[in-house]
This record gives sequence, C-alpha cells and structure tokens, in this order.
Amino acid sequence: MKITNQMEISFLSIPENESFARVAVSAFAVQLNPTLDVLADIKTAVSEAVTNAIVHGYCDCMGMVKIEAILKDNGMLRLVVSDEGCGIENVEEAMQPFFTSQPEKERSGMGFSVMQTFMDQVEVMSEPGKGTRVTMEKKILAG
Amino acid sequence: MQMEKQNQTLIVYLDGELDHCSAQSIRRLLDGCIKDGEIKNMVLDMQELTFMDSSGIGVILGRYKQIKDKGGRMMVRNMNRQVERVFRLSGMNQIIETM
Ligand SMILES: Nc1ncnc2c1ncn2[C@@H]1O[C@H](COP(=O)(O)OP(=O)(O)OP(=O)(O)O)[C@@H](O)[C@H]1O
Ligand SMILES: [Mg+2]
Repeated sequence: MKITNQMEISFLSIPENESFARVAVSAFAVQLNPTLDVLADIKTAVSEAVTNAIVHGYCDCMGMVKIEAILKDNGMLRLVVSDEGCGIENVEEAMQPFFTSQPEKERSGMGFSVMQTFMDQVEVMSEPGKGTRVTMEKKILAG
Repeated sequence: MQMEKQNQTLIVYLDGELDHCSAQSIRRLLDGCIKDGEIKNMVLDMQELTFMDSSGIGVILGRYKQIKDKGGRMMVRNMNRQVERVFRLSGMNQIIETM
C-alpha cells in the first residue's frame, strides 16, 4: 500500500496537550472523510494513549510525547504514540481490562481496552527505563 | 458547570470535555457538593458533555462510591454517542442508572 500522507508532532507531557493531541490528529484524519463516529473513535483512542504517556510514562517528570500518523491509499490510518518515559514491566498484564498501577488516583484500568475497542488494531512495545510505543490502526471508510 | 439543587438531589450539568486534564477540577467541585449534608442523590446531566475518556470513568465511579456510601442514588442522563460507548465499555451502565 502506498503512503498518501504523513505527519509527526511532539509536545511536552502536560495535561493541556491531551486536547491538543485529539484535535491535531482528528484534523489530520478528516481528509479521509470519516463519519463523525469514526472521528470520535480516533479522538478517544488518541486521548487514551497520550494520557498514558503523560500520567504513567512521565509519572513524576516531564518529557516529550510524540505522535506519528500515516495515511495509506487503502484508507488505513496508522498512529504511533510514543514516550521515552518509565516503560512497562509487563505489557500483557498492563493491557488486561481493569488493570491499573494507579488505583489511588482513581484510574480504572480501561485505557487499553478503550483503544482496542475503538481502533481495529493495537500493538504495544515497551522497555522498562526506555519508554513505550503504542501503534494503532483503523481502516477509514469514507462517510 | 451548572448545578441545581432539588430537595435532596443535586443535578450537575457537565459540559465541555471530561479527560485527565479537566478531571481534577470536576472532581473537586463534585466532592465539595457531596460533603453537603443535605445532598443525598446526584444526577449527572451530560447534554453538554462533548467528550469523555477513561479518566471520566474514574471520576464518575469515585463519586458513585461516595453517594452510595451516603445511602443515595446516582443517575446519568443525556449522553452523546461517544460518551455512552465509553460508559458502556467500562460496565458502568450496569451499576449506574440511566434516566
Ligand atoms: N506510556 C506508558 N508508560 C508506562 N506505563 C504505562 C503506559 N501506558 C500504560 N501503562 C501502564 O499500563 C497500565 C494500564 O493502562 P490503562 O490505560 O489501560 O489503564 P490506566 O491508565 O491505569 O487507567 P485509565 O486509563 O482507565 O485511567 C497503567 O496503569 C500503567 O501501569
Ligand atoms: Mg490510561
């Protein structure tokens, strides 16, 4: 499949950038003419991945969060959200519904489940001490 | 965020986006209200809530527990499709009544 468009942004891990990330990615995805529901799905998944980078990856520090987006000529949107934060010890466990390392902060452990439900495919690569890279794909049928 | 008191019930009109960024101030506001001895029940009206992610689940569940501990009821109404999908996915629809 041919790449038809590509973009990359990175921003400081402050909570204000969660809405910035949602808006930026949906403005990029809109060129595929998605339905409003599909756009909402993408925004939600981006919000989860970016929030995780901010609250878990850079838990007690600041760092840069990066989003890469690629559009292919078959209507596939690929998003990669990455951080150079603390990383995840056990990815399989982290992806279980309701698993959270921050119950005291009222986290519900649903972020990865939301990403998996709202996107077609989610892949997580992580190395403790190095960072985390979440790759998500969704086929966008023009609405 | 507007609020309206009807006897023992507080109606909260959530607006804007409920994410990790806005969660803290919404949490603080709601907790302040729940401390009010007269308030027993809470209705979350989501007509003007345009977006919610898993951070919102945490906020709602946390307030639900407090209301339940007071022997009250929590209800939600007027969710848009995006908010409702997140709400259902978390299973909250099985413990919190929708009006
Ligand atoms: N970027 C990341 N860096 C480090 N750890 C992460 C990262 N993303 C997720 N995790 C770990 O995976 C766990 C599960 O993440 P998930 O988003 O499913 O739930 P949560 O963030 O804990 O809660 P919620 O998203 O419902 O608020 C987290 O609690 C955290 O331990
Ligand atoms: Mg999360």
